[in-house]
Amino acid sequence: MTFLEVRDLEVEFQVDKKPVTPIEGVSFELNEKEVLGIVGETGSGKSLTAHAILGLSTLVGGKIRGSVKFEERELLSISEKEMQSIRGAQIAFIPQNPMTSLDPVYRVGDQIVEGLTQHAKISKKQAKQQVLDLMGRLRIPKPDRVFQQYPHQLSGGLKQRIVIAMGLCTNPRLLIADEPTTALDVTVQAQIMRLFGEMTADRGIGLFLITHDLGVIAQVCDKVAVMYAGRIVEFGEIEPVFNTPSHPYTKALLDCIPYIGMKKGSLSAIYGNVPSAGNYPSGCRYHPRCPHSFSPCETNVPALFQIEGGTRVACHLYREIEDG
Amino acid sequence: MAENKVIERKHKSPWIVILKRFSGNTMGVIGTVLIICLIIVAILAPLLEPYSYKEQNMELMNDPPSSSHLLGTDEFGRDMLSRVIRGARISFVVGVLSVAISVIIGIVIGSIAGFYGGVIDLILTTIADLTWSMPAILIALLLVAVIGAGLESVVVAIGLSYWAQYARLVRGQILSLKSAVYIEATKSMGASDFVILFKHLLPNSMSPVIVAATIGVGNAIVLEATLGFLGMGAQPPTPSWGAMMSSGTAYLFISPWVIIFPGLAMMITVLGFNLFGDALIEIMDVKNKESN
Repeated sequence: MTFLEVRDLEVEFQVDKKPVTPIEGVSFELNEKEVLGIVGETGSGKSLTAHAILGLSTLVGGKIRGSVKFEERELLSISEKEMQSIRGAQIAFIPQNPMTSLDPVYRVGDQIVEGLTQHAKISKKQAKQQVLDLMGRLRIPKPDRVFQQYPHQLSGGLKQRIVIAMGLCTNPRLLIADEPTTALDVTVQAQIMRLFGEMTADRGIGLFLITHDLGVIAQVCDKVAVMYAGRIVEFGEIEPVFNTPSHPYTKALLDCIPYIGMKKGSLSAIYGNVPSAGNYPSGCRYHPRCPHSFSPCETNVPALFQIEGGTRVACHLYREIEDG
Repeated sequence: MAENKVIERKHKSPWIVILKRFSGNTMGVIGTVLIICLIIVAILAPLLEPYSYKEQNMELMNDPPSSSHLLGTDEFGRDMLSRVIRGARISFVVGVLSVAISVIIGIVIGSIAGFYGGVIDLILTTIADLTWSMPAILIALLLVAVIGAGLESVVVAIGLSYWAQYARLVRGQILSLKSAVYIEATKSMGASDFVILFKHLLPNSMSPVIVAATIGVGNAIVLEATLGFLGMGAQPPTPSWGAMMSSGTAYLFISPWVIIFPGLAMMITVLGFNLFGDALIEIMDVKNKESN
């Protein structure tokens, strides 16, 4: 049984009465307890993919097509009411920016309790005890005091932990974390990431991690999906993708990581920018920036297919391996 | 290490912060004192009145201020001081109740329009805009004419004349907060529309509504006086400040105190609410200032 299976996910918006599809043909799957990382530049559709899976409000006015199967249940066709019982309880979400993810008018402890009591039939007192325990395990100092504080009284690192506690409190099966550490200082980032890895591994929670930090992916993920301009260009187990990247974009991304001992001035950058949705080039969307592009790249959209080594790649430079 | 330092940051509740800011605002303090005085006078009116507000004394008609009648008497020889004191009660009750009606209607309509959007929003916003485009006095006069004069109908009429501004305010707040990250976070935890709207969107939209309502009480008091002046408000012998001034116009040159003192009382009251409201504007965005 596949835990999470996303097939040909597509989101379409109407912009000036013209259809624009910021993401299309997004397919991947995730097994139970696995950690999947999604990387890509800003605007490549990582967050939108997560929002589409959960059917969140940013999609107001947008049409979602394709299929999202979570434990054999098709999430795109169930009612909003059923979806509410899945959100938070089965699939939890940690939003991008902890600074703005907490309601300013409530004490942070009460906000976690609210998330918990929405799904678990337990008393307020029990819920509070559970939340305090969880806060302690997330290494929040003086949990009973932080519980009583308002978001504006907490530092970014603490807020991030509170938001993580909100995601973990119901013991979900899958946690979607949208760049959980980008708003934090580098020193706190490492701490939080370690904590995150531990908490999800201990509880057997599947993790869907959105980031643009390849280092984070290498540290915690089992699988990685590389997104470019609303499409997945490479998807597979972490080792083959990082050791022998296939897609020119993945190669270029990995080349952009500086390392100790590199020659001065040799840090490479990818020329140009990610095209915005609505201005996507024809054919392979990466072709205008790709050093290896040749004639079919300009006209044919490459499908995502499996190549030797088990990774899947969407690039005309490779040929599908024949079955049998 | 860093965590400990951070956690020792001042542990102040938002109310303490608001109170502290408020005490530094001189105009706000003056406004508060004026409002508190009004409330005390309104509550203790029967004890403070030197004479009965409706007792007539034909021997003392239009008597100027003296030691026995500090503010003089009106055309029926009634003690002006007693009537002005009793009038505070009327003004306060009418102001607060009618604003409460406006705010409740405004919150319901504004939040539905802002939250659901689309056709519902279009219809409700159009109704609110139409109401808002007519002078409040016209709507109130029309309503009083339909439901009949009297104190209760004045409260209802004023309440129904001013709801549109609160509806527009709430709608705007809900619209801008709807896309806030914490609302999305709440939604991602499985909260229903009901919880999102009433537990998270509305409490966060309240500060400008509270400010507008405070200033609105002043406006409502003026509108009540206007209706009273036009004879559409509280009926005699109920001492509404507006009605008192209206009856005073006939004797403007014989006994100007009949029109001056209720006018002064009203001016001070409305000034109090306006000063208080202005101070609130500066103070109420406390959470924005603190979080940045």
